[in-house]
Amino acid sequence: MTDSTLQSKAVAAKAGGDDSEGMSYLESLPRRLVTLYLPLFIILVVLLFPFYWMVLTSIKPDEQLIDMEKFNPFWVIHPTFKHISKLLFETQYPRWLWNTMYVAVGATFLSIVASVLSAYAITRLRFKGAEAVGVLIFFAYLVPPSILFIPLASVIQAYGLFDSPLSLILVYPTLLIPFSTWLLMGYFKTIPYELEECALIDGASRWQILVKIIVPLAVPGLISAFIFSFTLCWNEFIYALTFLQSTPNKTVPVAIVNEFVDGDIYKWGSLMAGALVGSLPLVILYAFFVEHYVSAMTGAVKE
Amino acid sequence: MSTVQTSMPAQAAAAGEPSFWSRLSGNRNWAAFWFMLPTAAFLILFLAYPLGLGVWMSFTDERIGRAGAFVGIENYQWLWDDSIFWLSVFNTLLYTLIASAIKFAIGLYLALLLNRHMPFKAVIRSIVLIPFIVPTVLSAIAFWWIYDSQFSIISWSLIKLGVIHSNINFLGDSTWARASVIFANVWRGVPFVAITLLAGLQTVSPSLYEAATLDGATNWQRFRFITYPLLTPIIAVVMTFSVLFTFTDFQLIWALTRGGPVNATHLMATLSYQRGIISGRLGEGAAIATAMIPFLVAAIAISWFGMQRRKWQQGSNND
Repeated sequence: MTDSTLQSKAVAAKAGGDDSEGMSYLESLPRRLVTLYLPLFIILVVLLFPFYWMVLTSIKPDEQLIDMEKFNPFWVIHPTFKHISKLLFETQYPRWLWNTMYVAVGATFLSIVASVLSAYAITRLRFKGAEAVGVLIFFAYLVPPSILFIPLASVIQAYGLFDSPLSLILVYPTLLIPFSTWLLMGYFKTIPYELEECALIDGASRWQILVKIIVPLAVPGLISAFIFSFTLCWNEFIYALTFLQSTPNKTVPVAIVNEFVDGDIYKWGSLMAGALVGSLPLVILYAFFVEHYVSAMTGAVKE
Repeated sequence: MSTVQTSMPAQAAAAGEPSFWSRLSGNRNWAAFWFMLPTAAFLILFLAYPLGLGVWMSFTDERIGRAGAFVGIENYQWLWDDSIFWLSVFNTLLYTLIASAIKFAIGLYLALLLNRHMPFKAVIRSIVLIPFIVPTVLSAIAFWWIYDSQFSIISWSLIKLGVIHSNINFLGDSTWARASVIFANVWRGVPFVAITLLAGLQTVSPSLYEAATLDGATNWQRFRFITYPLLTPIIAVVMTFSVLFTFTDFQLIWALTRGGPVNATHLMATLSYQRGIISGRLGEGAAIATAMIPFLVAAIAISWFGMQRRKWQQGSNND
């Protein structure tokens, strides 16, 4: 079964579930309260509590942080932006944020270009061994960074890219291309052949077909691939930790772990502010593209 | 494929001698070569080559700043007698098994809950995925603060409730440290499992449940004989991914405990980083990383088997 049929079925099922209440009328309210709302509420509270704690700590004055007897730790009196302003104006945090953004945008852009080309070749050019190449790319998705970082460090050293964000821009595509290629293959398969055949008859080259027909029709897939890749880049840690040495070149996750950890008892406010500011761009991006994100995640698994 | 290959010579005969270039540009294999080139370049230079290089390095005594000489299986012999290495293997297996089992149980339960009819369904689903969006290291830092030995909010709440009398040393005691990192891993992994299984659940036709209910099936029977069999293939895939990523986890441990206390939470990946990069013994670190490959191959084989089975169940080729 192709991805598209699965997806359309999923959409149909979802639509059906939203229009009619299904069999839920068979349940009484107290029963639903105990079997549905209560467990769901508990799980949601556990899932969200660390974020609440992150936000709360980053706006709490220091004396409230360490005095848990006089002040209720679950709330804040006289919130302060001291930690956040200290983070933004007294540390190199903006620089780290910029590095992360630069690496994520660069790596994502390179991967999407490469993935569009390879996904098109695999699904539509049907060259000799296209299936085998597709399978190899899937396997590449399963190779984890934890077994590659040591040899990659010496490769990066040999290319003279050590301690340069460029090394990450070149290495991250190995994590992103396999995923994006599979995702885009699913989208490309849903585009009818007839469109391409018409264009071929009209004298379009393969390149023109790709740029003028396939890519515009696969925009939702491209957005999904972009968001997912961007999130993965932002999240990546082990390569950034291994390849980047000097403080100004670090990305946010690496800098937070290495630069803020002094013995200071008051470090928590700025640590949490750092974690919060580093998470916000992704959460905002996610809020705008929830549907694309979910379809990227589930699409790649189903494929 | 066959159409083009047979029609090309005929065309060439009609038009006389075609130039080398026109024959080449009409060849789809040649076009495919150019289309595949960027992907192939990235994956060969930065994935396949390092993978081979890593295996080679594990047979050398390379150190940072010094080229290595071939030493045969000396690194592996050294690791074989190293109790810390075996402890890390044990920790990795324990961490993977327990965390994956809990992630599966809670993830499936959450997916079943989310699949039910309720108000604000879409909003709740989007909220569930947030732990998966936020970079692992940043949420691990939040957990680090929650697990603080002096100011832990969990200890504080439990003391106020009268359950315990003194602070729990979450990351300083080996059992607590293991439980804490597993909890953080589960917290991070549950949304992924739940949302992907939910997507699978939505493909199950509601009429099956209605028919089963008419036949007098209980809740458990509906789950056991409808949901579970139809969901098995996607469970296989999702859990393979989950196991794979848990097994090779690095960042959560590194941000929370760095392998401590007394190596109680050292996974193979963190030990590899410590020996390879921090101590500079690249050969030994590469040997630890290479030792993870057999486990990964086993997991991938299971995944492959699961997908073949799905194709077979659906009775069509998955193009």
